[in-house]
Amino acid sequence: MKPLWFKAATATNPGLLVRLGAIGAVMLSVTGAFAYTGGWLSPARLTQDRMMAAFRDANGTHVGFRRNHAKGVCVTGWFESSGQAAAISKAAVFRPGRVPVIGRFALAGGMPFQPDAPNTVRSMALSFLSPGGEEWRTGMNNIPVFPVNSARGFYEQLLAYSPEPATGKPDPAKIKAFLAGHPEAARALALIKKREITSGFANSTFNGLNAFRFVDAAGAPTAVRWSAVPVQPVAADATEPPETGDENYLFDELIAQITQRPRQWRLIVTIGRAGDPTDDATQPWPEGRRQIDAGTVTIDRASSEDGGRCTAINYDPLVLPAGIEPSDDPLLSARSAAYARSFTLRAEEEHEKPPSAVTPKEVRAGGKS
Amino acid sequence: MTTQPRFPAASRLLHWLMAPMVIAMLFIGVGMAASVSRRYDLLVSIHRPLGIAILVLCAARIVNRFINPPPDLPETVPSLQRFAAKASHIVLYALMLIMPLVGWGMLSAARYPIVLYGPVRLPPILPHDLTLYAWLRDLHTGLAYLLFATFLAHFGAALYHGLIRRDDVFGSMAWWEQGSMQLARTNPAPIQNSTQTPEP
Repeated sequence: MKPLWFKAATATNPGLLVRLGAIGAVMLSVTGAFAYTGGWLSPARLTQDRMMAAFRDANGTHVGFRRNHAKGVCVTGWFESSGQAAAISKAAVFRPGRVPVIGRFALAGGMPFQPDAPNTVRSMALSFLSPGGEEWRTGMNNIPVFPVNSARGFYEQLLAYSPEPATGKPDPAKIKAFLAGHPEAARALALIKKREITSGFANSTFNGLNAFRFVDAAGAPTAVRWSAVPVQPVAADATEPPETGDENYLFDELIAQITQRPRQWRLIVTIGRAGDPTDDATQPWPEGRRQIDAGTVTIDRASSEDGGRCTAINYDPLVLPAGIEPSDDPLLSARSAAYARSFTLRAEEEHEKPPSAVTPKEVRAGGKS
Repeated sequence: MTTQPRFPAASRLLHWLMAPMVIAMLFIGVGMAASVSRRYDLLVSIHRPLGIAILVLCAARIVNRFINPPPDLPETVPSLQRFAAKASHIVLYALMLIMPLVGWGMLSAARYPIVLYGPVRLPPILPHDLTLYAWLRDLHTGLAYLLFATFLAHFGAALYHGLIRRDDVFGSMAWWEQGSMQLARTNPAPIQNSTQTPEP
């Protein structure tokens, strides 16, 4: 039923209906454009929420934990810059001297209580706290290349390797289809499979995988990738977890080692040459690229995530100081976006979070639970 | 010509300077919160300085409002609409001021660097606290939807004044000369019993 005034108005002035209609159309268009921008009208668009849903499908729901690299411990220490990287980056962190570091060692995957296993990808995340409040955050993995080179590839990999509800295992047909559709992933996974797996976190090499740009004081850019290379001698492969049945053996060993004496990694910056891919994390750079020893990371203290200083930090790869800039790698923006969403979700769930696998008690006991 | 006075030039300038900024901010915000593409980083790096610019301009606008009070609505506007206009303007001003502060505060609580451009950064204004961050992050989203709804109501009301009531309220904020509104008012049959002098 049209109201009387409306009928009267349209009867006396036929143009009114058109004008009212125009206003309605404008309002609807603006609302529609807003909804479109927010992704609500595009079910196929890969959004932050859909990425989080894929993590949930792959790993189940783990309230209060990071959606990826969910099992970890916090560490602290410092970075002693050699000053050698200062020639190609104006970042304060590379001037000779020492800055505090808050880090996190973790296992890849979204399962916070998965038993430690040699083949699981290990990660080291670091936050360098330069004087003046500038921060540099980086997450590195003990693999030579990343398995995918795009957000879509990562999403499809997550779905392909998700356990089937019926069997509890991934569907080989889906994995086959994923690899067929992503030859870059097949190549990268072959390189990852061949990697040397060391006995623990302390003698692992962690690679930044994504390329970045160092910018010097004159504004000249240099394409770089970086790695944390252990000072500790590399011990032979430990292909099987120890007989003790300690599900946290990798973390416990790391805690025990740090308690014994500080552990160190050299921050090695590899300089890319023209033509080296900066937008594709599945491709290694050729051997023989110039490398700079930017300094040494020393880790002298470990703590549980529960109460640890790394817990409230999102190791967003785009938290960079002036002097380090993102490359054209689309994974950087994707990681930044997904990490931000994961960070927000776990912050919202913080009060419901169960204790982490590696508890403060376990750390106090020197890593022997 | 008309009995409806216009907004002072400074008010109109601030209005039309900020209108595209606020609308851009709403779309950038909702877009970046959904994006995992290359655009995410770009949108975030626009969102931060644009928000701070809106905060500064909004403060200037509040000062301006005291120096240059807005013209009253025409007496033909019913009291309920008068109230809605006043309330929606208070909400708009409050949100333009609070939204950037909540954004700044939530980045502070998360200990994200608050980068404006290059090395230009703002200091944190709140302690590093996950719970506080979660609360402010949700508030930021909630207030953004409220701001979008208020903007829609404001825009709809402006069109209603301009196209339906044709009472010069729209023209009082327009940047063009009032005479150009003649085009919209060539139809000599306004629906209300306006007490205003009709256009010649």
